[in-house]
Amino acid sequence: MKPRPDPDPTLTDASSVGGELPILSAGPLFWRSLDERAENGAPRPDQDQGLSNLVALQFDPSSRREFLRLMAGSLALGGLSGCAIQPTESIVPYVEAPEQIVPGKPLFFSTAVSMNGFACGVLVESQMGRPTKIEGNPDHPASLGATDAFAQAAVLSFYDPDRSQVVTRDGRVETWDRFETLLLSLREEKARTKGAGLRILTQSITSPTLADQLRRLQEQFPEAKWHAYEPITRDAVHAGCRQAFGEEMEPVYHMDKADVVVALDADFLAWGPGRLKDARAFAARREPEQSPRDYILGRRSDDAPASVPMNRLYAIECTPTITGASADHRLPIAAQDIAAIVRAIAGAVGVGGSSAPVKITLPDRLAQHDKWIDAMVRDLKGAGGRGLVIAGDPQPKEVHALAHLINHALGNVGKTVEYLPRIDEGPADQVGSLRELIGDIDAGAVDTLIILGGNPAYNAPADFHFAQGLSGGKIRLRIHLGLYHDETAQLCHWHVPEAHGLEAWGDLRAFDGTATIQQPLIAPLYGGKSALEVLALLLGEPGRSGLEIVREYWGRQSLPGDFESAWHQALRTGTVAGTARKPKAVAPRGNDIPSPAPRAGESAGLELVFRPDPAVWDGRFANNAWLQELPRPLTRLTWDNAALISPAQASRLGVQEGDVVELRQGGRKVRIPAYIMPGQADPSITVTLGYGRRRAGRVGNGVGVDVYGLRTADEPWFGSGFEVVKTGRQHRLAATQHHHRMEGREPIRVAGLATYHEANDFAQAHEQDRGRGPSLFDDPAPQERHEEGMGNAWGMAINLNTCTGCGACVAACQAENNIPVVGRDQVLAAREMQWIRIDRYFEGQSEENPPIDFQPVACMHCEKAPCEIVCPVGATTHSAEGLNEMTYNRCVGTRYCSNNCPYKVRRFNFFQYSDEETPSLKLMRNPDVTVRPRGVMEKCTYCVQRINEVRIAAEIQDRTVRGDEVVTACQAVCPSRAIVFGDINDKQSAVAKAKASPRNYGLLSELNTRPRTTYLAKLRNPNPEIEALTRHDSQRS
Amino acid sequence: MTHRDPESDSAAEASPVLAPGHTYGTVTDKISALVLVRPYNWRWFLGLGVGFALTMMLLLAITVLLVHGVGIWGVDVPVMWGFAIVNFVWWIGIGHAGTLISAILLLLKQDWRTSINRFAEAMTLFAVACAGLFPLLHLGRPWVFYWLLPYPNTMALWPQWRSPLIWDVFAVSTYATVSLLFWYVGLIPDLATLRDRAKNRWAGYIYGFLAMGWRGSARHWHRYRTAYLLLAGLATPLVVSVHSVVSLDFTVAILPGWHSTIFPPYFVAGAIFSGFAMVVTIAVPLRAAYGLHDFITTRHLENMAKVMLATGLIVAYGYLMEAFTAWYSHDPYERFVQLANRPFGPYAHTYWMMLTCNVFIPQLLWFRSVRTSALGLWVLAFFVNIGMWLERYVIVITSLHRDFLPSSWAMYHGTVWDYATYYGTLGLFLSLMFLFIRFLPVISISEMRELVHETEQDQERRAEQLSTEGTVS
Repeated sequence: MKPRPDPDPTLTDASSVGGELPILSAGPLFWRSLDERAENGAPRPDQDQGLSNLVALQFDPSSRREFLRLMAGSLALGGLSGCAIQPTESIVPYVEAPEQIVPGKPLFFSTAVSMNGFACGVLVESQMGRPTKIEGNPDHPASLGATDAFAQAAVLSFYDPDRSQVVTRDGRVETWDRFETLLLSLREEKARTKGAGLRILTQSITSPTLADQLRRLQEQFPEAKWHAYEPITRDAVHAGCRQAFGEEMEPVYHMDKADVVVALDADFLAWGPGRLKDARAFAARREPEQSPRDYILGRRSDDAPASVPMNRLYAIECTPTITGASADHRLPIAAQDIAAIVRAIAGAVGVGGSSAPVKITLPDRLAQHDKWIDAMVRDLKGAGGRGLVIAGDPQPKEVHALAHLINHALGNVGKTVEYLPRIDEGPADQVGSLRELIGDIDAGAVDTLIILGGNPAYNAPADFHFAQGLSGGKIRLRIHLGLYHDETAQLCHWHVPEAHGLEAWGDLRAFDGTATIQQPLIAPLYGGKSALEVLALLLGEPGRSGLEIVREYWGRQSLPGDFESAWHQALRTGTVAGTARKPKAVAPRGNDIPSPAPRAGESAGLELVFRPDPAVWDGRFANNAWLQELPRPLTRLTWDNAALISPAQASRLGVQEGDVVELRQGGRKVRIPAYIMPGQADPSITVTLGYGRRRAGRVGNGVGVDVYGLRTADEPWFGSGFEVVKTGRQHRLAATQHHHRMEGREPIRVAGLATYHEANDFAQAHEQDRGRGPSLFDDPAPQERHEEGMGNAWGMAINLNTCTGCGACVAACQAENNIPVVGRDQVLAAREMQWIRIDRYFEGQSEENPPIDFQPVACMHCEKAPCEIVCPVGATTHSAEGLNEMTYNRCVGTRYCSNNCPYKVRRFNFFQYSDEETPSLKLMRNPDVTVRPRGVMEKCTYCVQRINEVRIAAEIQDRTVRGDEVVTACQAVCPSRAIVFGDINDKQSAVAKAKASPRNYGLLSELNTRPRTTYLAKLRNPNPEIEALTRHDSQRS
Repeated sequence: MTHRDPESDSAAEASPVLAPGHTYGTVTDKISALVLVRPYNWRWFLGLGVGFALTMMLLLAITVLLVHGVGIWGVDVPVMWGFAIVNFVWWIGIGHAGTLISAILLLLKQDWRTSINRFAEAMTLFAVACAGLFPLLHLGRPWVFYWLLPYPNTMALWPQWRSPLIWDVFAVSTYATVSLLFWYVGLIPDLATLRDRAKNRWAGYIYGFLAMGWRGSARHWHRYRTAYLLLAGLATPLVVSVHSVVSLDFTVAILPGWHSTIFPPYFVAGAIFSGFAMVVTIAVPLRAAYGLHDFITTRHLENMAKVMLATGLIVAYGYLMEAFTAWYSHDPYERFVQLANRPFGPYAHTYWMMLTCNVFIPQLLWFRSVRTSALGLWVLAFFVNIGMWLERYVIVITSLHRDFLPSSWAMYHGTVWDYATYYGTLGLFLSLMFLFIRFLPVISISEMRELVHETEQDQERRAEQLSTEGTVS
């Protein structure tokens, strides 16, 4: 650890800015103009004007199209001149020690990004001190080298010019100094009353340091209270554990050990703190040609596949999810009926001590699924301790408790599921905690409310009327710390800009308790402060930097070895050694099956289901254009949310896609466009949260419909007793895919495991039928042309069996390749720019419950590329290594190449889509990738910049490039390792081995394009009993 | 024609290519007066005004295009080519009739071509000018269009010769050059006539400059005839080659609906079909407005109608064969486009309108009464013009919008700027046509004088023939 370098005296010397200024620690170097105005305590008129203009501009509800142009002014005030500065404290790189920064050479730093408080360990690429790209940290248990789309988009959130940039008080510009003074005096005042009337509201917190601060605060002010609220709450998970085992715990699943998995409304591949490692482990059991261990480690050994059978997933869910799409059997059931089903399973496996199974009859409306469920239960029991039942976060605690008890009764605990002590801290019942807070506010018991992050004015349950309570005048002092001057900030007296996770010190825990120290990659871009720094003021420790606070906390912990080396080790690897929690032994509490509370009118009536949005989540990412434009996996919608209605229900209601419907419940109503979703349970109408933001920023304002207005504390995830009324209005939904059937063309080839065992090359039958006729041309087949020692031949294999369709690759590609965002209008005009699109197809003709398939499609780098011969200027050509290269500078834009591309993977800059003006977005760009101007074609390059980087390194070391050495952005990010890239001439490379699989096939290879990207056909592992049932059903009908 | 059957004889009798009673003098007077004597009237100004206004709209549309980019049009990801290419092919096709009339019919010594060839050639030239705009404007970066030309540059970069777009550049630029030369060379004797007859000093100077010193000497005439014939010979293959090359833009692609060997002949026939329709569209009002019934007779109308009928049948055969080949090939993608998506898909209305305009309505041309009715023919030609535009729309759009992978299927709709650009070129065409009618002889004076001569000779010969026949029998 180097001593803290002295700040540059010319920058921080008060005399240079002409006044008596306290020397501020890290951020204010950028803020000279604001410091200047601070000296007199009053804003200079011109600056004030400028700033209020800025604030006005920032929240001007101008169209998103203008977003690209309007950003320029905001950073001029920040004093950023195109070069960012490393933070003043030393931070430690992941692998290479930076004696000095080599221009053009990126460094990687390990840190963590937070999602609902939980850590995903990441390595952040820093280009000359600017964080530009996030990669997963392979050493971190929650990442294993992968991330989700949210983590990929964190870079854009970090550089977002709409982030709040200045401390405000009642909408007027203030300074951090004055805020500091305020909090110190508040501390003195509260010290007299033991903190009475002081309330702190946070989101879910796993940060050990922050939790420690809050605990110390509680000690100093016993009357003060810490509330925590998160709209995507995990209350039921904790309460379910308490009900089953008498303690709030964190269940951790071992998917790689489970032969039979039953997901009860559980989207475990996309939701929950361990979703990335669960996705990896789940995928490992889907691949019959590799042992799970090899798969998890990303190896491909030559040995025969281990005798570990493919797993089988049953998904019972109300609305299609990526988990349901990965399932071997999927049953669409209303969310409120899951309880009945879990009781039936519990009875059948003998939960509750009775050795003999109890047959619990299902309600009439579910009776048709009786045999299906019986078969599933037999399968589950047959797995003998290698089964797993997962209850989804939105299910009530009783369902969770039963799921835990079922796992216990089946002997799964300790094998496929373990229980850790609860990871996040603060109140376990968040909704209850917020209810208490609002009660206290109404009772006038709260005089000071400090909101650290979160946006409860927007996302609190509707029946709490939180916004009215907040602004009702009963709270004397309301303080908000947040990344944006959002709906909550507007109702608070003070707003302090929060430092983004990439620019502040901090720490976070992962799903298993493993702690990661968050290192700032850059000094705060907009002078933000972290929650640690704000709480330090309340604790009477002014002037302590985030680093000091974090180090002080970890110094008090007994880390192995001496502190400095342990600290360095933690920074370098991205995990603090020895912080992972140990599983606890559990025993059921009580013997009776907890009966799920009967829901209002257990009828087959309509139910309204709330779900976090796959892209904007609870609304926190609403101003992130990458995520807004990321097609939602199942609907392929962008820039909108919709009410998902099953086809049968839609025809009953007379609703078509894009019809605006009004959802009414009690006095509350919301107007939202409808989307017809095959596979949706008939009684369920699903809406996603996070839209209709009013103060998200220029990107997110007014996008979609806010459905929090219908969501109550008692029914946070689903509720009945509402009606759907057609309004007669229309809304065009910006979807990226308009046709959802394969039309018999088999772009995705699927077979059951039995078929695979009979003929494992079923996917290639297609091509063999067509054969290769005699040819006049010297036309060696690809396998003859690619030989060892022929140089590198790049290729890719995408495993459709393990691809979950989550969309992380799309976001990673966007971040890596400077892909612009085009906005809703352009998506409606079918001009989206993402280089990877994920095709989603429904198999067969069934609309009730069609199997759902995903297929990522990017440039195939055809060996006989149809695009190349038609380009009149030779702007797209073939490289010796087999890349289909695009020379942007040569392109004149005839677009003939796209017309002739059978995969339609080329993207055209119809307008000047890339924002070349906003300063902060310039900092974000990958310097190794050209920013494309208007009028040129672009497409996937196989991350040619990464190939070249490896090639240069290899040449310096005088060696050849190894087969697996190059890792593309999409490959790196994939949680389920579905994408493999490398040199197909190197027979030992993973991609060459993947392509040798009998399941390997080329998309549209009958056109003789010879794609270098190929697919491994998808397999399903159906339960023969259920298959027979379905066959019987279809014969009967 | 070695054998004349009595019926066609009588038809020729009924409508000669030149009304009887004309002499060299009357022909020259009548045609040159259109330019030199006739006063300007409001109708001409109205016509030019409409054309000019539309041309201004074209300039606006082009300006907006250059400022904002090709995204102002309706093109999207599966349908990367839209109105621009449709219009390009349509305009190029229209041009073909002019070349066919002036070159091929000249070589075949079809005397009826004489009174329509001048304005048909002008039409060709203006149509090619309109057509030429579109490939340039549709580029993503139009300012670097010259990268398509093989010019010496420091990067030693040449175009990519395998691309049909390069062939297109050569085909269209050759076509434009030859058409211009042919037209201008044909104009020279007439320009000299105008020079000689012009009362206005300045008009005399200008026509004189353009006449390039034509004095009408026998040597001049000799060289003129040789040059004109040579140019006709040069232009003849272009009638076939240009639209064949244009069709290769489509056939070279692997796209179902484009990748078809029938395209070159079918495109050429379609081009002549639409070209003659456009000649009729212009000839009928021109004849009425300027009283040219003596020169553009029913015979002309009927002959043009016959050409339209013949080429229209070839086009219909093309449609039939496209569908048949798709069915016979068993190629699922081709079958889908030809047999499912075009006739029954979301653009089915364009397909059926195309068939109506290009196949069903032209069957009326079997009736002589339709062929000889100026108004009837004019209305019919209008339908053919629309139908041929739709044909290109069907080819370009319906093939692209649903190709191989259903996931990338999408719809295409022209935007207001697409229409503005299209109607703008119609305005440009109209303006040029009105200027041409006003300032240059719409019918070749010199060739009409030849026709007078030939007609007289013909009559004499016939008289002789009759008398000899009489003697023999």
